[in-house]
Amino acid sequence: MARNREGLVLLLDVGPSMHKVLPEVQKICSMLIQKKLIYRKFDEVGIVIFGAEDTDNELTIEVGGYEHVVVLRNIKVVDGDIVEALQELPRGTVAGDYLDAVVGMDMLIKKYQLTNKGKKRICLITDAQNPIKDPYKGTKDDQVSTIAVQMAAHGVRMETIIVRGRLGEDIDQRIVDENDHLLHLFSEKTSAKTVYVESPTSLLGALRTRDISPVTIFRGDLEISPKLKIKVWVYKKTSEEKFPTLKKYSDKAPPTDKYATHEVKVDYEYKSVEDPSKVIPPNQRIKGYRYGPQVVPISSVEWDAFKFKPEKSVKLLGFTNASNILRHYYMKDVNIFIAEPGNARAAIAVSALARAMKELNKVAIVRCVWRQGQGSVVLGVLTPNLSEKDKTPDSFCFNVLPFAEDVREFQFPSFSNFPASWQPSEQEQQAADNLVMMLDLAPPGKEEALLPEFTPNPILERFYHHLELKSKQPDAAVPPLDRTLKKITEPDPQLFSESKSVIEALCKSFEVKENPKLKKSTRRLLQEKPSGSDDEGGYGDTSNALAIKSDESQLLAKADKIGDLTPVQDFEAMMSRRDNPDWVAKAIKDMENKICNMVENCKGGDNYCKALECLVALRKGCILEQEPKQFNDFLHHLFRLCQEKKLGNFWEFLASKELTLISTSEAIDSEVTEDEAKNFLVKKLPKLE
Amino acid sequence: MKDIGCQYGILSGSRENSLYNALWVAQALLRKGSSRTARTTILLFTNEDDPFGSIKGAAKADMTRTTLQRAKDAQDLGISIELLPLGRPDQEFNVSLFYAQLIGLEDDDAAQFMPSAGQKLEDMKDQLRKQMFAKRIVRRITLLIANGLSIELNTYALIRPTTPGAIMWLDSVTNRPLKTERSFICADTGALMHEPTKLSQSYKNENIIFSVEELSEIKRVSTGHLRLLGFKPLSCLKDYHNLRPSTFVFPSDKEVVGSTRIFIALHRSMLRLNRFAVAYCGSSFHPRLVALVAQDEIINAGGQVEPPGMYMIYLPYTDDVRLIEEFHSESNVRVPRATDDHIKKAADLIKRTYLKDFSVCQFANPALQRHYAMLQALALEEEEIPDTIDETLPDEEGMARLGVVKAIEEFKLSVYGDKYDEESNSVGNGKANEASKKRKAAAENAANESANYDWADLADNGQLKDLTVAELKLYLTAHNLPVSGKKEALISRILTHMGK
Repeated sequence: MARNREGLVLLLDVGPSMHKVLPEVQKICSMLIQKKLIYRKFDEVGIVIFGAEDTDNELTIEVGGYEHVVVLRNIKVVDGDIVEALQELPRGTVAGDYLDAVVGMDMLIKKYQLTNKGKKRICLITDAQNPIKDPYKGTKDDQVSTIAVQMAAHGVRMETIIVRGRLGEDIDQRIVDENDHLLHLFSEKTSAKTVYVESPTSLLGALRTRDISPVTIFRGDLEISPKLKIKVWVYKKTSEEKFPTLKKYSDKAPPTDKYATHEVKVDYEYKSVEDPSKVIPPNQRIKGYRYGPQVVPISSVEWDAFKFKPEKSVKLLGFTNASNILRHYYMKDVNIFIAEPGNARAAIAVSALARAMKELNKVAIVRCVWRQGQGSVVLGVLTPNLSEKDKTPDSFCFNVLPFAEDVREFQFPSFSNFPASWQPSEQEQQAADNLVMMLDLAPPGKEEALLPEFTPNPILERFYHHLELKSKQPDAAVPPLDRTLKKITEPDPQLFSESKSVIEALCKSFEVKENPKLKKSTRRLLQEKPSGSDDEGGYGDTSNALAIKSDESQLLAKADKIGDLTPVQDFEAMMSRRDNPDWVAKAIKDMENKICNMVENCKGGDNYCKALECLVALRKGCILEQEPKQFNDFLHHLFRLCQEKKLGNFWEFLASKELTLISTSEAIDSEVTEDEAKNFLVKKLPKLE
Repeated sequence: MKDIGCQYGILSGSRENSLYNALWVAQALLRKGSSRTARTTILLFTNEDDPFGSIKGAAKADMTRTTLQRAKDAQDLGISIELLPLGRPDQEFNVSLFYAQLIGLEDDDAAQFMPSAGQKLEDMKDQLRKQMFAKRIVRRITLLIANGLSIELNTYALIRPTTPGAIMWLDSVTNRPLKTERSFICADTGALMHEPTKLSQSYKNENIIFSVEELSEIKRVSTGHLRLLGFKPLSCLKDYHNLRPSTFVFPSDKEVVGSTRIFIALHRSMLRLNRFAVAYCGSSFHPRLVALVAQDEIINAGGQVEPPGMYMIYLPYTDDVRLIEEFHSESNVRVPRATDDHIKKAADLIKRTYLKDFSVCQFANPALQRHYAMLQALALEEEEIPDTIDETLPDEEGMARLGVVKAIEEFKLSVYGDKYDEESNSVGNGKANEASKKRKAAAENAANESANYDWADLADNGQLKDLTVAELKLYLTAHNLPVSGKKEALISRILTHMGK
């Protein structure tokens, strides 16, 4: 086995007390193997179950004992068979004794001997609720110590996951404590890690299924000042595990071709915009950057000559109050600074600084250039990351901070400036307080739910599950999201039912309703629907307006016709609409009709006044819009109307108010002279009599 | 995005309404561009607070009215008008005379306008080299609280890394832009094909085929946009629980009336109880578990520093977090820890090198500033590229102050004793040391070996190309030069080094 390969033995407790979590154990283990099948094809895995009905292992033949331990699969290179074996773990009948883990160690040691350079790992999953057998000689502690020494000597790492259900069941606390003590001994004596999980969801996240050997991104000095440099190594602390990149698949090859690769090559060609048939060779291409409307070509030679070239270094700028660095400034995934391994002085220096920073509530600002030749600097903050265990060193978390260019200073209204109807009352505030307190994911004395370190990625889990199904049946449908994984994407029903009264109180005190003024097409937020990919594309560009203001603008419903109540205002609103040039014509037309109606139908002085108002508005509007002919024609039309309907007194009324045609002096387009306009009403009057 | 500034003087007294005309010309200019893709702004520079002051009576009212209408028309077309009043020595600029109406200021705003406008002019100078962003809603989302109670939120990107901008490929002969064409070719048949809708993953020595629809179905694990899962104390949010820049969340009553009220109540509770919300953000773009951290409004003399609202922080999953601390821990070895004395000395040091008014946005990105300066110099064909200042370098003067130096020396003495210089000279110990020893030995060996060749002679006679790559590398290693590249590259590197 090569240096970078891993030999792993899964030791799984299948005793009766484990039955209810076995489905999750199966899932997590098969996930582990599946990822190995993709990313670490040459790793070797064996499976041992204990608490089983049968007994089948080499030690029982060689030395006797080790009952109810079955070697389900011997150590071999990962394959589909192991995945299948893990998916159908037999249910055991007797309480498991985890110290029979020795079998696993024995297997590893026998298989690889001392010469092997690869990693050796044992992974034990148990509930550690059942007593272990008393050894033939010595105490249990001695027995554990012996095993631990052996493991350390052979460089076997052990990872233990202990499943703890919610307490209160008929568990013997004494046995649990003893087991905890014994397992703790392991981690003291060897490089063993023990984690406790309570919920099935965190069990799925407890075993790291993707094993990545960490690589430093920087080794060198943390310069406190030119006189004081601390040797540090920098690693990535978090790094997003991306959805696997799938290859493009071509089905063009005939089905009979056994050697078809089904690969798709992607070819990029650069063509000139004017002449699409001309392909420009790579050496004739040059990079350009926009400078206003132009594009400035910059050759790579120029670029290299002038670009920013900082020296590789990590320099301290100074310390500042932790409260100056708000949590949301963190820009990227996180790095970790540890003292150079094996350098005791550096470890003490890091530890002293970290502890002093914690005590004073300060953070350090550093400027980093990780590599020589890197074209930019990174400004970041070091926060103390103190270790509680004796074996792990104190370290710093490093987060990237934004530069001045990265911060967009948008203004938002203060909450106190919102209208009173948007402010919660005291009773409503109380309901919210209760919700925030009661809907507690980290209750004291219990496991913190959805702790990032123990939460699996539901999408990746679902992908690998589907992948396995497809490998057996190519047209398998996408499986529904697992019940355990639903606890990540949806609220925990148990938690929500426990705090039912609080939630109901909240729902009662707050009322939400859809905005009735919005058109149907935009009403989609309240409708429950699966978050499909197509739905959301549109959200980005829907509204540029500040949402708060837009509510008010909805109130000013846009006038699209002239009503009876406020005809003048309606008309003006329509005239000033600019979204469509037709509005002006429509407004004039509507206004004319309105005036005619008024004059015809309602006899009496009051309506004359109203009609006059409208007519004045119309005249004004027509002058503004340079449509004098429209108005003049209408006035002629009105005149004829008055003649027909014998409405002489209205005409007199108009004349008395000196309403005239629009003349050339008011609007250049008019065909009426100033005198003509003035005389229009007067001249016609005698005819009317 | 484009900003077109225009400057027109107003000749008061003339019958010509030049402000009206100016607006009309500016609007006509701006209408040429596509209004959908561009943000259009008219910057109005003026020192005349009452442009029609010298005109009296009806003509003034008329001119005022038509000009206001023109401005309103422009605003209706999506052109925003920004007023930059220039002060005059003898009198103050009174916005309320005319311009308040033109740019649509309410009564209260008008009072605040002048001081902020002065600031604006200052800022403009600073912002010339800073990319401008319109306040834009990234996405409108719904937060499902419980029992069908859901509220409407808008998300904004307040902090995002700024990049030098997209590269455009040009033809180096004509400097005309190039068009990139992508084509898919089947590797088996050589046939040109459309973008494949099938993707494959190799698994168990087989190709497992997924359709694009299946993959998006896999990723669609949640309904609704943001589902509240519960609350945790802020101490549960560790410094390493971070993956990407945060997103700002602000409530909106646009579609769901009552959203803001609930949001404010929750915001207050979370601030008071020091808790953050955990939610699942089920958008198809980036489905993830997120933390919602309430941020109170922070205002200082210059205005709003932090807006009130919540920040969405993207949380890692189990496989995203790496256990580096444990990676180096060996069995049975306790790691060295600082003693109280060490810590006290470190605390002194921290107090000495304290940055009092540190603010996150005080540093410009030196690489970006350099890029912009270079671009400008090339575009305007300037002779020299102006020097940009790297503000991120430590304050060496400050560090050399007596008190600081003393604190550093004391800390050094307490941790390293008097062996600091020895340690910094000897390169650590352990594995890294072995590797570097090896490297050193190789360099020495190469130096010895390369002494066997007469490099100058070989170079002069053009015989370098007759040597093997391994031989060429001896020279490079001996002279501490990079050994990468093809044979030609190696030879040219040797010649350059010899100065030939």
